[in-house]
Amino acid sequence: MLHTINKSPFSSKSLDLVFEFAAAKEPVLLYEDGVYAAQSGTKFEPEIARLLKTNPVYALQADLKARAINNPVNGIKVINYDGFVDLVAEHKVQNWL
Amino acid sequence: MAETPKKIMFVMQKPPHGSIYPYEGLEFILISGAYEQDISLVFLGDGVYNIKKDQDTSELGIKGFVKTYRTLEGYDIEKLYVDKKSMEDRGMTVDDLIVPVEVKTSKEINAMMNEQHAVFPC
Repeated sequence: MLHTINKSPFSSKSLDLVFEFAAAKEPVLLYEDGVYAAQSGTKFEPEIARLLKTNPVYALQADLKARAINNPVNGIKVINYDGFVDLVAEHKVQNWL
Repeated sequence: MAETPKKIMFVMQKPPHGSIYPYEGLEFILISGAYEQDISLVFLGDGVYNIKKDQDTSELGIKGFVKTYRTLEGYDIEKLYVDKKSMEDRGMTVDDLIVPVEVKTSKEINAMMNEQHAVFPC
């Protein structure tokens, strides 16, 4: 199962829901305003670092660039739209709203 | 006789690209500027992301409106404030911003809100 988050962690509980419902090793994709969770130095960095210990975390490059997130938390894999399609093709998808 | 200018505050609370709120809000602010009122603009919560430097929306295929914040000065809208804690929570400093702002605490922002004739969310 691929877990996707497209809302800012400051305005949504999606990240908490992923911690609760995602199994280890299931990929997590941050896109649209979800990429604000990828920024290093925010108050959510410890949570993302904890998530990275158990699950691969991806962030969409176009959304990172649009939001000037030039230094994502170490370990986050930056992908383009082709990578997004590959993830969606390989997994069932749960979008946390 | 011209009326005394009204104190109008806009409160930017949403990040720039995920909804239409900030874009529409900025249009509203620029129009208000034409009426020579006493305009102020506060960025708080995810609203502070609106004025972050180096945002590049080219890969999203949209023009982006963030640079428009730089034109506020030309409309004599120069009272720009950011919330201190909102910046800290996001690991940001005033050096990360595209426009000059004053940093205020939530208490100071509340006091300013209470001095206004009208407060608009965006």
